[in-house]
This record gives sequence, structure tokens and C-alpha cells, in this order.
Amino acid sequence: MPPSADWPLFEVFLRGKRGLNHVHVGSLHAADPEMALRHARDLYTRRNEAVSIWVVPASAITASSPDEKDPFFAPAADKVYRHPTFYQIPDDIPHI
Amino acid sequence: MTDLPEFDAYLSLAEVSEDDHRWAFGTGFTDPLAGLDVAVPPSIDAAALAAYCLMLGDDALIYSHRLQQWVTRAPELEEETALANIALDLLGQARMLLTRAGQAEGAAGSKGRDEDQLAFFRDEGEYRNVRLAERADADFAELVARLLVFSAWRLALLRQLTSAADPVLAAIADKGAKELAYHRDYAAGWVIRLGDGTDFSHARMQAGLEAVWPLTGELFTPHPVEAALPGVAADVAALRAEFDAAVDAVLAEATLRKPESRPLARVAGRAGRDGVHTEAMGYILAELQSIARAHPDATW
Repeated sequence: MPPSADWPLFEVFLRGKRGLNHVHVGSLHAADPEMALRHARDLYTRRNEAVSIWVVPASAITASSPDEKDPFFAPAADKVYRHPTFYQIPDDIPHI
Repeated sequence: MTDLPEFDAYLSLAEVSEDDHRWAFGTGFTDPLAGLDVAVPPSIDAAALAAYCLMLGDDALIYSHRLQQWVTRAPELEEETALANIALDLLGQARMLLTRAGQAEGAAGSKGRDEDQLAFFRDEGEYRNVRLAERADADFAELVARLLVFSAWRLALLRQLTSAADPVLAAIADKGAKELAYHRDYAAGWVIRLGDGTDFSHARMQAGLEAVWPLTGELFTPHPVEAALPGVAADVAALRAEFDAAVDAVLAEATLRKPESRPLARVAGRAGRDGVHTEAMGYILAELQSIARAHPDATW
């Protein structure tokens, strides 16, 4: 990596204690992935939020464009039958 | 459509119990001293225990204050938060240790003071911290050099104390050791990064190390209070091996020389543990204590 005046951006994902999936919580600057992990620990887990951290260089993320919003997402808007809403979910089964 | 609750990343991360829905952040916090009997065991010299807890508590309190002074001055926002976190860890240790000192004072027959009375209403000569804790960091290299030395030493110290005969001190040490392991790791990361970086950063890092090194000798000098607490106090002379192993490994990877400077002189045989401090200490206490002394017993 060539020297740079500014540290690159990393995106931070945390997994909470309940055993759920990693969730994106924000971003930060760091010189390399190892430092990004420490910064993520110091910035995003101060309130006991996580037991696992992922950091990903923001440049490694390919994102959908706002211009493509309609062709990408509009077709799903009227297909209510894709949701599991037509049967009862037991109270003790969370996170479906 | 089902009425799905609005998705909140933090809410989903929190370990939310039935009556805790108002917290957006993590819950499930623990009290490190939960269920412990705070009575001083009769086999322990309570007055010596009070003095010993003051030593360790003052180290943490004064070092924490020095780190807090970096807030708004750190080179990067992320580093600033990291330093504030470390300062808060040490402040938490200071609160528990000063509280324990007050309990031991009470057990020794005097009027036991609480943590605030001990922090805000003692004068410089009554503070028992090592002089390393009070040193002002001239730059970031000195900051990480001092943090490496302090945390490597204090981690070795707390690890010994986890088997102390005083159960409260042992519990405080057990909690603190996990915190110190991270502090040492953080400092080591920067010492290596700067030492093994450019010629300029290497020179600055070596200079930072040389600047703090004279204060290391005092860390391993036994004190009569420790001798009065067999089975409780750590043997500081025996901490040297773990300290050297940790620091030498970091310096080797950082391509830095271990300084050979002489220890900072004692004053008539006395140093920080005896209440003899450097000029920096008065300024710290002025900042730390002025509000509490101007408004005694104020609450906010």
C-alpha cells in the first residue's frame, strides 16, 4: 500500500451476544485492518454491544446505486405473498 | 403486510431482557465485586492494607488524569477514544481501590474515608503514586512509551494480586488485569508501528522511550508497606522478569534500543510511594481537586 496522508475508511460489523448475525454499525479510519479492529473495539463496543467484530475496507464493498432503485427494488413491493405472514409464529420463536 | 418494528442495528445487538427495552445499547453489565464480603480478613494488617490500596489506587487515578488530558489533543479521533477508554478503565480501578482503602481505614480503627474524600481532599504529600504516573507526555511517542511501561508493569502486578489474601483486592486485580492486557496491547501496537516506521518516527519513538525510562526503576523498588502485607501485596522486585519479557519483545519488533539510563534520583531516599513527587504533581492536583474543594459536598 503506498504512503498516504489520510487513513482509508473501514466499515464495521458487530455480532451481539444473542448469537445473531453480524450487523453493520458504522465506519472508521485506520491505517490497516489490524488497527481498524482495535479502533472498532474502542469506538463501537464501549457499551457492551458485541462479542465479535468484523472490519471491511470500504473500498471492497460494491454497492447498489440510487439510480437503480426502481429496477432493483420496486418489483418486490407488491409481492406480499413472499412474506411468511399467513401462519402463526409461536411466541417463543424470535428473529424470523 | 405484518407490522415489522423499525430495524435498529444497536437494538438488535443489545441483550435485551423483558424490562430493559429502553436501552438501545448492550446490557448485561456485571459488578466485579458482586457478592463479596468487604470485611477485612482478621489476619491482614488493615492499616497497611489501606496504605497499599492507596498506592495502587493513586497510580490509577493520576495516570487516568494524565490520559484524560489527551482528549481533544490526540492526533486522530479514533485514538482519542481509545485513550479515553483506557483512562476510564483506570479511573474505575482507582474508584474501587480508593473505596477499599477507605474500608481498610475503617477496619484499622480510624474514620474510614470514601473514594471522593481520598481523591479530592488529600494533599500532594499524601499521594502514594509512582512518579511515572504523573509525568506529562510531551508528544504521542512519549505517551505510548509511558503507556507501554506502565501497563506492562501494572499487568504483571495485578496478575500477582489475583491470588492476594484479601478477596476484594483479588477481585479488583482480576478485573483490572483484563483491562491492562488491552492497554499493553494498544501501547505495543503503536510503539512497534512508530519504531519500525520511517527514520523520523523511529527517532521520535526512541526519544520517547529514553524520556520515560528513568522512571522505571521506582516501579520495582520494594516498599515497607508491601513487607507488612505477606500473602497480600505483590513482590514488585519479582515483576521484573515478566515486565522485561513483554517490553523486550515489543522493542525487538519495533527495532528500538532498550535505554540504559539511570533511575530518577530519590529525594533523601524517598520517592512517589513515600509522597515525594515531581513538580508536575501539584498542577495535576490543582486541576483534579479545585472544583471539589471549592464546593465541598456538592452533588451533580
